[in-house]
Amino acid sequence: MTEQHDSDGFFDKPENIKKMLRVFYVMCGLLVVADFIVHRHVYHDWENIPAFYAIYGFVGCSVLVFAAKELRKVIMRGEDYYDE
Amino acid sequence: MNSVIPFLPLMFGALAAIFLRGWLRNIIMLAAPIVGALNLMGLEHGIFWSLEFMGYALEPVRIDKLSMMFGYLFHLAAFIAIVYALHVKDTVQHVAGLAYAASAVGAVFAGDLLTLFVFWELLALTSVFLIWARRTDRAYSAGVRYLLFQILSGVLLLAGLLIFAQVNNSLLFNHIGLEHDGIAQVGAWLIFFAFGIKCAFPFLHTWLTDAYPESTPSGTVFLASFTTKVAVYAFARGYPGEEILVWIGVTMACFPIFLAVIENDLRRVLAYSLINQIGFMIVGIGIGTALALNGAVAHAFNDVIFKGLLMMSMGAVLHMTGKINGSELGGLYKSMPKTTILCIVGAASISAFPLFSGFVSKSMIMAAAVAEGYDVVWLLLLFAAAGVFHHAGIKIPYFAFFHHDSGIRTTEPPLNMLVAMTLGAVTCVILGTFPAQTVYALLPWEHDYNPYDMTHVLTQLQLLFFSALAFVWLNLRNLYPPELPSTNLDTDWFYRKLAPNVIKRVASTVYGTYEKFEQSVVISIKGMIQNTYDSEEGKPKGYFARLWPIETMVVWVAVLLAGYLMVYYLPGLA
Repeated sequence: MTEQHDSDGFFDKPENIKKMLRVFYVMCGLLVVADFIVHRHVYHDWENIPAFYAIYGFVGCSVLVFAAKELRKVIMRGEDYYDE
Repeated sequence: MNSVIPFLPLMFGALAAIFLRGWLRNIIMLAAPIVGALNLMGLEHGIFWSLEFMGYALEPVRIDKLSMMFGYLFHLAAFIAIVYALHVKDTVQHVAGLAYAASAVGAVFAGDLLTLFVFWELLALTSVFLIWARRTDRAYSAGVRYLLFQILSGVLLLAGLLIFAQVNNSLLFNHIGLEHDGIAQVGAWLIFFAFGIKCAFPFLHTWLTDAYPESTPSGTVFLASFTTKVAVYAFARGYPGEEILVWIGVTMACFPIFLAVIENDLRRVLAYSLINQIGFMIVGIGIGTALALNGAVAHAFNDVIFKGLLMMSMGAVLHMTGKINGSELGGLYKSMPKTTILCIVGAASISAFPLFSGFVSKSMIMAAAVAEGYDVVWLLLLFAAAGVFHHAGIKIPYFAFFHHDSGIRTTEPPLNMLVAMTLGAVTCVILGTFPAQTVYALLPWEHDYNPYDMTHVLTQLQLLFFSALAFVWLNLRNLYPPELPSTNLDTDWFYRKLAPNVIKRVASTVYGTYEKFEQSVVISIKGMIQNTYDSEEGKPKGYFARLWPIETMVVWVAVLLAGYLMVYYLPGLA
């Protein structure tokens, strides 16, 4: 079985990645802009903060990853830890 | 009314699979869940079958909206899993898979605790073979640990139901709750923990993350569908509105996501996210309003399909490459493009993107949490929802199919696997796009809910896109933790490492002391011999040894005669 597009898959080209990321950034921007245009229902006080969900998602995930990295220092062992 | 007891079609399929081979077995196995589901349609609500056992009224088959919803779900899940497992040439897996699905159906239609107990144990006994079917040492020992937990759950349930039978003089399975007097309180908690083990409560969850990833590619698809959802059903019937469940559930939703981010085995990542999703359901049951309970069971329904789809896509990767660790995979989109797309549909569903199934059920639970004033819970669930997108929505497809090219070149999985995954993906989209006609139509409690208003869609998209933005940012800055070949400690460390080590140490101390004692006895005996035996002269050192044997004899005869004399005279003295 021979793959013809072995080395030049779509995601192997940095310019493709860059284009996709640019589209992604624009979409993120539009979602924040929409927050000021659309009148959304507010069920909780914190939801009054502009772009609350965007901030919460970004900060939450960053905190998650940094905490998980710290956690690794405590709980990570070798692959065969239980087999030894 | 020509319907039969609900679990019979699937159980018959399992029995037939023992004897049949080839295409005949495949046809019977595929027909079993279809016949079973058609059979359910013919059933009317109420008690289908009742009998008396040792003076207690039993209702082995009771039909209402709640059990019906799970009944349909389990038949659908069984059908997809069977399609996925068709290519497997292993009778054990086919029989165990079908019997396991049948046990789950039996459990949700059980109207009394004794019947529930029987199916509870059958779930354990049938499913463990799906783990052992991997036929590795790891799978064997993980299966044993799994079975121990499941049996413990069964024993607790049995103890609890015996107490209830004694106190209430009834075995019927209705609302149990945690407010009782005296011994009944103990019974209620025992059953609570029995359900809790099967539901993977924190600290009782390790059987799941330990054993599920050790099963076969198709075995894990069955496993992820039934046991925990039966437990969710049991909580929804027995303990709705118990506030403690809110806090247990929110813990379950939050703690696994940290472990999932750093876990290397991608099916173990999914096992952690399974606990995370059950956490949402348990919160819903704990809140206990009609909206929350509907959300909990709707999410259980959707979760079985999208978690099954994700497990299937990772199973396909494992089946085709023999690898499942994130550190060894990457770049598979080139050789498995269809699997990649189907996996992304599953990822979008679990992440609750609008138009995908997770969105329509998770938002019900979130809305109920805000409505009932659980602010902290709502914020934590929002964090968990962002986190699940991070580890299950992005990490799973990214590290398996994209990331750097691992150099692995393979092909798409067998056709039946692709068909099963397509079925799952299409179901996810239908459930997410037309909830009112599908999953909402089955909901047991009366409550109108519309997930598709501007606020929900916008806020959810903001949450997800900016979670993804965090991923992109961390990756570009090289801050994202790389996939590393590793084992991460979880609470199973206590019984897999600490307890064995303590036992080893105690045992070696006891054995060491015994050995020392034995040695000192041997030494003292040797010393005694040395003191009494002159090895140079080759004879004992004692007084008699210095005499001739005949002289010794005389002494002993004298002693004997003296004794005889004493015995002769003693009675006379008295």
